[in-house]
Amino acid sequence: MNIFRILDSIQQVDGDAAGRLAHTTRRMFMNRIGSSLATAAVPTAFAAVVNKAYGATPSVTEILNFALTLEYLEETFYFQANRMTNFIPAEYTLVFSQIERHETQHVDFLKGALGSQAVDRPQFDFTYGGAFPDAWTNFMTFITISAALEDTGVRAYKGQAGNLITAPAILEYALQVHSVEARHASLVRRIIGHLKKDPMMKGWITQDQGFPPAVYKGATPESNTVHAGLDAATLSGIGSISRDNVTEAFDEPLTMEEVLAIAGPFIKKMGM
Amino acid sequence: MKKTLTQPSEHPDSAMLARVDRRYFLRSAGVAAATGAFILGACTEQDLMSDDTVDLGEGDFGILNYAYALEQLEAAFYTQVMMTPYLNMTDMEKWILTDIRDHEIVHREFFKTALGSKAIKGLTPNFSAIDFADRRSVLGAAKLFEDTGVAAYNGAGKLIKDVNYLLVAGKIVSVEARHASAIADLINPNALEFAGGQINNMGLENAFSPSVILSGVQPFVMDKISGKNLPR
Repeated sequence: MNIFRILDSIQQVDGDAAGRLAHTTRRMFMNRIGSSLATAAVPTAFAAVVNKAYGATPSVTEILNFALTLEYLEETFYFQANRMTNFIPAEYTLVFSQIERHETQHVDFLKGALGSQAVDRPQFDFTYGGAFPDAWTNFMTFITISAALEDTGVRAYKGQAGNLITAPAILEYALQVHSVEARHASLVRRIIGHLKKDPMMKGWITQDQGFPPAVYKGATPESNTVHAGLDAATLSGIGSISRDNVTEAFDEPLTMEEVLAIAGPFIKKMGM
Repeated sequence: MKKTLTQPSEHPDSAMLARVDRRYFLRSAGVAAATGAFILGACTEQDLMSDDTVDLGEGDFGILNYAYALEQLEAAFYTQVMMTPYLNMTDMEKWILTDIRDHEIVHREFFKTALGSKAIKGLTPNFSAIDFADRRSVLGAAKLFEDTGVAAYNGAGKLIKDVNYLLVAGKIVSVEARHASAIADLINPNALEFAGGQINNMGLENAFSPSVILSGVQPFVMDKISGKNLPR
C-alpha cells in the first residue's frame, strides 16, 4: 500500500487536506480508508491523515471526539462480551459489567458535552483485521485485548492533558475519566496475571512490557524514567529500588497519532 | 478530627503579611501568645523561624509540595506496613504492598528533588488510628490513602500552570488509581469496589480541592499543614 497515493487521493477530495480538515470531510476520508484499503495499511494511513487533519494542537472538540471514539470502542467491546453466554467466567462477570457501565457513562457524558458535534459510533472489528481471530471465542484473547484497550485509554487521556491546560473544567473531567480507565486496567491486568499464573503481570506496567507492543512503546515508552527533566531512576533517596519499580511508578502518554495507529485496525468504518 | 489551619484566608492583607514575615505577624497580632505556639526561653532562633505549621507555598511549587506531602504520607505508611507485616499476609499481598511502597518512595523522592530548596520538611506521620497487625485495618487505610491520592491529583490538575508539571501529575495519578484498584480488589476480590463508590453516575472519579483533601489527611500527620497560599 502506497501511503502517498492515499494522501494524493485525499488532496483530490479536498485541496486543503494538508491543513486542518473540516469535520465532515475527515469522516469521509475515514470511510474511504475503512472500505477500500488493505487493513495492514490502515494504522499508518489513518495516523497520517489524522495527523494532517488535526495539526499540532487539536481543538477541545477534536480531543473530545477523539476520546468519544475510544469510548465507543471500549463500550461496544464490553457490551458484546457481556451479552455472550458462557464466555466471561462467572467470577469476573461483575468486573466486566462494572467496566461496561463506566464506558457507557463516558460515551453518554462525551456525547452530551459535544452535542451535535459528536461523531457517530464507528463499526468495529475486534479481530483486529484478523490478527485476533478468536477474540470472541477465547477468553484469554478477549482479556488481552481488554488490557490493551484500557492501558491505551489511560495513555491517550494522559497525552491530551497538556492540550487541555487552557480549558480547566474539561481538563478536570478528562482527569476524572483517566483515573477510572487506570482502575480498570489495573484489575484486568491482574486477572491476566492470575489466569496465566504470571506474578510479573501486575496492575502496573513494568518497563514497556505488554501486548501488543505498540500499546506500551511509542515516542515516550512506558520504560521512560525521565519526567520534567529529572531522571527518577537516579534519585539518591530511592536506595536500592529497582529500575523496574521506578518505571512502574509512572505511566506515560501516547500521542493522538500513536493512539489512532493502535485503534485504527479496530475501526472498520467510521460513523457518519 | 483535629482542627486544621487550612481555612481559606479571606483577608488578603493578612495572607500577604503572613507570607512576608509570618513570625512578625504572629507576634504582633498576639496570636503566638494566645495559642502557646511559642514557649520562649528554650527556643532557638531556628525554632522561632519555623512555627509548627508547614505552609505548602504558592503557585506550581505549592501544588508540588502538596503532592510531596501526600506522597510522604503514603510512603511512610507502606514502609511501616512492610516493616511490621500483618498476620498471615499472603505472598500476593506482600508483592503488591512492597511494589506500592517502592512506587510511593520514588514519588516522594521525585518531588523532593524537583522542589529542591523549596521543598517542605519531612513530615511526621500519625498512624495511631491504624492497627498494623490487622489486615482489615491496614488495607482499609491503604484504600483511604489511595482513593484520597487520586481525588487529590484529579482536583489539583487544573491548578497547575506548567504543562510539564501537569504531565508529571498525570503520570502519577494513574499509578495511584492502579494502586487503589488493586487494594480494593484485595479487600473484596472481583467485586464492584475496584472502581466503585469513588465514581459518580457519569463515570467520573472524585476530584477534590486541596482544602478538602488537607483537612481529610490532617489527622494522619503530626505537623499542621497549611494550603492557604495554594492556587484555587
